[in-house]
Amino acid sequence: MKTIVSLKDVNFAYNDRPLVLEDINFEIYQNEFIGIIGPNGGGKSTLLKLIMGLLKPATGKITVFNKTPVASRKAIGYVPQFTTFNREFPISVTDVVLMGRLGNTRRFIGYRKQDRNVVYKVLEQLEVEKLQNRAIGTLSGGQLQRVMIARALACEPKLLLLDEPTANIDIHAEKDVLDILNEINREVTIVIVSHDIGFVSRYIKKVACLNKTLLCHRTTELTPELIQQLYGVSVRAVRHRREK
Amino acid sequence: MEFLQYALIGGVLASIGCGIIGPFVVVRKIGYISGGIAHTVLAGMGIAFFFGKSPILGALITALIAALIIGWVSLRSKKYEDTIISVLWASGMAIGIIFITKTPGYGVDLMSYLFGNILMISSRDIYLLAGLDAVVIILIILLYKQLLAVCFDEEFAQLRGLSVNFYFLLLLCMLAITVVGLIQIVGLILVIALLTIPAAIASQYVNSVAKMILVAIVLGIIFISVGLGISYQTNLPSGATIILFASLVFLLVTGLRKFY
Repeated sequence: MKTIVSLKDVNFAYNDRPLVLEDINFEIYQNEFIGIIGPNGGGKSTLLKLIMGLLKPATGKITVFNKTPVASRKAIGYVPQFTTFNREFPISVTDVVLMGRLGNTRRFIGYRKQDRNVVYKVLEQLEVEKLQNRAIGTLSGGQLQRVMIARALACEPKLLLLDEPTANIDIHAEKDVLDILNEINREVTIVIVSHDIGFVSRYIKKVACLNKTLLCHRTTELTPELIQQLYGVSVRAVRHRREK
Repeated sequence: MEFLQYALIGGVLASIGCGIIGPFVVVRKIGYISGGIAHTVLAGMGIAFFFGKSPILGALITALIAALIIGWVSLRSKKYEDTIISVLWASGMAIGIIFITKTPGYGVDLMSYLFGNILMISSRDIYLLAGLDAVVIILIILLYKQLLAVCFDEEFAQLRGLSVNFYFLLLLCMLAITVVGLIQIVGLILVIALLTIPAAIASQYVNSVAKMILVAIVLGIIFISVGLGISYQTNLPSGATIILFASLVFLLVTGLRKFY
């Protein structure tokens, strides 16, 4: 299998504070669909930011598509946990998603026709094409989440990173979005970060557990003992019936 | 009536500049930075005046320097942004006043620097305003999508390979150019009003920055020409009349939207 992301002996701390990530060795292969679970503050978002080159490791080496994270940035689509923008900003859904084309479009003047075609295609894919002219501030949490995924897909990424995608979505929408992501996964490697162990165990087969350091790898089965080790408290495992 | 004609042309040209930059000031919330740049400019005008050079050239250089200093500090450490603006704001005005009072002879009308005097506009000022507008228009046509992306979501823009720092500094330099043009019309104290009021009204009715720009330009032209007319009829100072008229419209429009 082709390695897309590789982290070797990575340690990270914010300024001079204690380590957030310790001794991380981890690889992501092409066309994988991986969930990274762990408690809040366990370093999950930090891990994603390291992969995107927004943060630099204190020690260790990270490569993405055999290059530095910054050099590979344009091949990565990112769906942030919190909207990093002002929701009152006067901008339409289409114009937000068009920003995903930056870096792949011409440098000067506006976007090209083909950029608009890509944007319409991803809006359709996420079933939000009817919202294309709506102001971003009028969307519900679930709609906004889909628009954020659409923006990430408009980058035509080879690697898609999603930070806590279930935070704003109700259970029904959650499953729909997962179906769409499964579809996308045929061409795109996907990494989902979540503290919601139920969500991850329901839909994602390969799981890595992160609480400062990697406690388990993708092949490990999630046992109550492991969950307890991960979250530090006793968690009762409730078996969900898989929806058919 | 030639001076009225010049005043109107000057007003239209100033409206174009502030109509383009104003919406960015409103959505990026850099009104205080605009105020800082505008007031610092008095230093450059005073120094230029003292040495017998063109005050507008002095204003342009100072505005660009102030924009770069504020931008650099803001990018390096956000928490000092407020402080550096306050320091530049006050010290710029202090330098300006000292040089103006030390300039021998009469000739400088401090009030027209502070509150503008659109009726004093000369044909040379018109050409300068048109030149400044041309720079801003060309830049906005070429780089609108990048400037918008950086104002909307810095982190995402950075991930798409844009230099957030470069575009923020570029925006501040465009702001500085616009401020210098506006000083001719309403003076450096009232500049912020003309940058923010048309854009703020526009933002209540449209949902894109591009449309805000078009609406803000039209509103700017209306405010300046009607304000100018009122000040001519009533013999009130032009800059202050324009701003008061714009503020009244803003209150009315915002109030109407609240209640209906």
